Parts: sequence; C-alpha cells; structure tokens
Amino acid sequence: MAAKSPAIYGLMAEFEDPNALVAAAHRAHHEGYRRMDAYSPFPIEELHEALGVHHTKLPLIVLIGGLIGCLGGYSLEYWAATIAYPLNVGGRPLHSWPAFIPVTFECTILAAALAAVFGMLALNGLPTPYHPVFNVPRFALASRNRFFLCIEARDGKFDVEETRRFLETLNPREVTTVAD
Amino acid sequence: MADSFASPSDPTQAVNAPGSTAVIAPGHTFGSVTDKISSIVLTRKTTRGWWLGFGVAFMLTLLLLVSLTYLVLKGIGIWGNNIPVGWAFDITNFVWWIGIGHAGTLISAILLLLRQQWRTSINRFAEAMTLFAVSCAGIFPLFHTGRPWVAYWLFPYPNTMGLWPQFRSPLIWDVFAVSTYATVSLLFWFIGLIPDLATLRDRSQSRVGRVIYGMLAMGWRGSARHWHRYETAYLLLAGLATPLVVSVHTVVSFDFAIGIVPGWHTTIFPPYFVAGAIYSGFAMVLTLAIPIRAIYGLEDFITMRHLQNMAKVMLVTGLIVAYGYTIEAFISWYGADKYDGFMIWNRLVGPYAPVYWSLIFCNIVLPQLLWLKRVRTSVSALFLISLVVNVGMWLERFVIIVTSLHRDFLPSSWGMFKPTFWDWSTFVGTIGLFLALLFLFVRFLPMISIFEMRTILPGAKVSEDAQVS
Repeated sequence: MAAKSPAIYGLMAEFEDPNALVAAAHRAHHEGYRRMDAYSPFPIEELHEALGVHHTKLPLIVLIGGLIGCLGGYSLEYWAATIAYPLNVGGRPLHSWPAFIPVTFECTILAAALAAVFGMLALNGLPTPYHPVFNVPRFALASRNRFFLCIEARDGKFDVEETRRFLETLNPREVTTVAD
Repeated sequence: MADSFASPSDPTQAVNAPGSTAVIAPGHTFGSVTDKISSIVLTRKTTRGWWLGFGVAFMLTLLLLVSLTYLVLKGIGIWGNNIPVGWAFDITNFVWWIGIGHAGTLISAILLLLRQQWRTSINRFAEAMTLFAVSCAGIFPLFHTGRPWVAYWLFPYPNTMGLWPQFRSPLIWDVFAVSTYATVSLLFWFIGLIPDLATLRDRSQSRVGRVIYGMLAMGWRGSARHWHRYETAYLLLAGLATPLVVSVHTVVSFDFAIGIVPGWHTTIFPPYFVAGAIYSGFAMVLTLAIPIRAIYGLEDFITMRHLQNMAKVMLVTGLIVAYGYTIEAFISWYGADKYDGFMIWNRLVGPYAPVYWSLIFCNIVLPQLLWLKRVRTSVSALFLISLVVNVGMWLERFVIIVTSLHRDFLPSSWGMFKPTFWDWSTFVGTIGLFLALLFLFVRFLPMISIFEMRTILPGAKVSEDAQVS
C-alpha cells in the first residue's frame, strides 16, 4: 500500500453479443453481486431480470397521473359551467355531463402521458450530466454494438482483485477499471 | 422484370424483389445499421439536392410568413370566406393537415401494440411528419380567430373578465384534443429519440455535435434498469396515444357533426373521419418515404414489404371512406329530409360538382388499382397513387365544408366561395413549412430509429442457454 490508488467506481467487462452479457449478468447475480448494472445498445428483455430487477413503479405513476387528469378536467368543467360562469344555453342543464366527456378524456390522456415521460426520466435519474462509466473510452460503443457489465465498488462483495478475477472467467473481450 | 437479372447475392436487390417479405436486408450487424443511419446525419456532406430542396421549401415558408403578416395587418377579409361560407380553405387545410398527422401515430403506437415489426424503419419519420403536420394544422384555426394575439382566451384560466370557455362547444373540445395531440406526439417522438441521440453523441466527430446531441440525450447510457423503465414508458405512451389518435379526428368531426347544417349533421362522421385521416396519412407517408429511400439509399431498411403494407392499409381505409360517402348519400335520400336531399343533389350536380367528382375519382376509383399486385410492387405507381390520394382527401374536406355551407336552408342567403391569392399562398406556405421542417429533420436527426433497427436483427435474440447458465 505504497501509493494510494485513485477512487474507483467499479470494474467493467465488455462483451460482443447480448447472449454473453445476459449469461454474465446471471452469473454475477448468482455469485452474490447486487450493486451492478448492464449496458446495451438496445433493450434486452431478459437483462433486467438477470440483474434481479423485476418491478418498476412507473405504471402506478401513470395511473395516478391519468386519474388526476380525469378528475381535474371534469372538476374544472363542472366548476366553470355551473359555479363560476353559469350560462343558460337553450334551457339545457348547467351540469350537462355528456358534453364534458371529450375534454375530460383529453385531460386524462395528457396528464397520464406527462406522468409516463417525466416519471420515467425521474426514476432513471435523467438528465445525468456526469456519470463515471463514460470515463472508459470504449464505453462509447455501448450505444453502437458492444455490451458492458459493470460491478460497482459500493457492492458489499466487491474486491478489486477478486472481482476482476471473477469477471475474467466470463470470457469478456476485456475488463477495465472505471475511475470515479 | 428487372429484378430477375439481379444476382441473388446482392442483398439490396433481393429484398426489393416484388415477392420479398423481408423488413431488413440480410447481412446487417448492430454496427452496420448504426453506421449507415447515423452517417446520414454525421458524416455525409450536405448535398446540393438538399440545399435546393430546402431552399425552395424555405422560400415557401417565407411566403407563409408574408401571408400571415398581411393577414394580421388587414384582417381575415383577405381570404375568400365570407357569409354564408364562413369556413373554407382555412378549415379544409386544418382538417387535411391534422388527418395527415394521424398515420404517424398509427404507425408508431397502434402498430407497436399489434407487434407489427415492419413499422420499425418507418415510425421515426412518420412521427416527425405527424409533428410537422400538426404544427401546420394549428396555424389555420389560430389565425382564423382573427386576433391570434389573444388566442390564449381559448384556454381556461382565471382572468379579470371573469369569463370561462364554453365547455359544451365542440370548438373547445377541439382546442383540448389538438393541443393534447401535439403535446403527446412531441413527447412520444422525443422519448423515441433519446437512445439515438446518445448514439450520435458518442459517434459525433465535432465538438458542437457532441455538446448538442449530448445535452439532448440527457446522459443516456443504455443501462438495463433504464431500458426497463424506458420500454414500460414507451408501451404505456403507445397505449395512451392509441385512443388519443382516434379521439382527435372524432372531435374534429364533431366540429361539423354537432352543428345542424345539412351535410354536417350526421353520425357517420366520426368513424369516417378517422378512416379518412389514416388514409391520407398513409398516402403522405408513401409520398415522403419513396423519394427519401431513393435519395439516401435506404432500400435495405425501407423495403418493398413496407411499401406494400402501406398500400394495403390505404386500400382498406380507402374502402371505409368509400362506404362513408355511400352511406352519407344514402341516408340523405332515405332520411327524406328535403334540405339534406337537396344538399347531396347540390353536391352531385351543383356548381361544385366537378370538385365532388374529382374527389370520387381520386379517393375511390383510382386507388382500386391497389388490388393489383403489379401496382403494389411498382414504386412509381405507388408514388403517383399516393399523390392523387393526398389531393383527393383535400378535395373531400373542401366538399364537406364549402358545399354544405354555400346553400343551406334559405335560398336568399345562398352564396359562392372563391379562393383568393392569399388563400392559396397561405396553404402553399404551410406545405413549404412542412417540407422545410422535414428537410431539417432528415439532416440533423436519425430518420430511422437506430436502436429499434438493432432489435430486429437476428443477433438481438437472447438464446435460452444464456438465461439458465
């Protein structure tokens, strides 16, 4: 322990095809690693399951968004047409609910869609101006044709030497240290 | 058939053979798909053809600006509409543009839910087309209000006048439907772009490119956790956009159907407007896709299968529209309402009869050629038919709006509509704006979804072995 090593974020293994990445993620999860993430140029359905990620709260957020839009839209119309600005149109009832459906519907869709988009961005922590994985020059290929598995240093089981040895057993193209 | 001379080893030729059902030419890899699509934006030099096309489109956009400026200075009297024809070119153009937009949402949302893989290479620019068409559509009602600077009065907000919008009016429904549609289309398009913006960020050679694409990509890094939420959000958005797109043209048809004007007051309008919207939208996608795939050499990705499928959708929606025209005429006769009967008679033989018969020819007669496989597999025939359908759908809206209004209940209040120079210049100007935006889009953004193209490659399938190891 002569020179203090620079802070590292984790160890990253590079793979050439999605099968290798999914298999590696399974192995790493099986080995007991939890604080890790896999990076791919397109969505791979099996990958998040291999990492042990099963649920997302997003559908619930969208449902809540839709309900707020629905109730908000209808209440706005009810309030405007019967309380704030009652107007007698040919003797029709002030609370003429069938005429209020189209706007209620549009408000539902609008609020649910906003919830889906901003909910997804928020849960993903985007925008992220800086992230350590980009310190690996070859990581630029994660958006083209390469597949990466990164085991993070904050994982309880993480040990620079041992984790590197484990990653080498997965037949990666190479294993790199990710600076923090 | 020229194709029979092609060597079977040439993938582009093979995939464009008339009988081919491939959605992508064989031999592509994750890398080659990425490079081919992103190079159009990043490394290809801006061609002279692009500058010429953009130049013409931009000049027409300037014509639009001149027309709108003059309109604001003088008032909407510079247009030909006047009582009894209070709606004419403006609303015709509005409905036409909105309808064109519908194909984009249909391709991106409904075909996604139906797991139609062939949508993948055309969804991105179809969505862009939707956005630009809705932008053009919005201009017309906005300026037809006469005082566009107080257009925010259309929205409910607390104001010192103590006024609230009339929520029983279909025109207010339209404000909500169209603004929701524009917002959701923009979000859907942008969300779809994020992973591809990250690709451009990582592959751009210039600092400016890296900074701009980098900011737009928001730090996307392709994490499996992110992809999981991303896919969920995308699917939910598709599920939301599907009823939305049906509701938008339904509400547009309510603008007419809720009124008591003969020729408007009919229950067939919502379904027949929605079918017509999809019909015109697919025609526009073909009109755009055919030259784009030729110019940018994208025959590998936009194959004959895509063109044929779009032709089939056009054939089906065209028949639904034909049914709509028939039922409209039949009910006018069967209903025995004399004003309604006169309306349809006036359409068939009145002063605007040539317009009506041209619309029947463009929308019903000519597209029947699409039954023939020879026509569906001929790129030039498809291009011509798609142009004719675009014209036909414009004429349809003109007939519905103008012939219904110009002779209604009282012969003493009959009149005629004649378009002025400014009617035409505003309409042509929006076509210019639409094309100028499309030219910018194909130059600066990937016009085919790169990450979705990667998913349809054979190498993207994860085998069972990988999952159990």
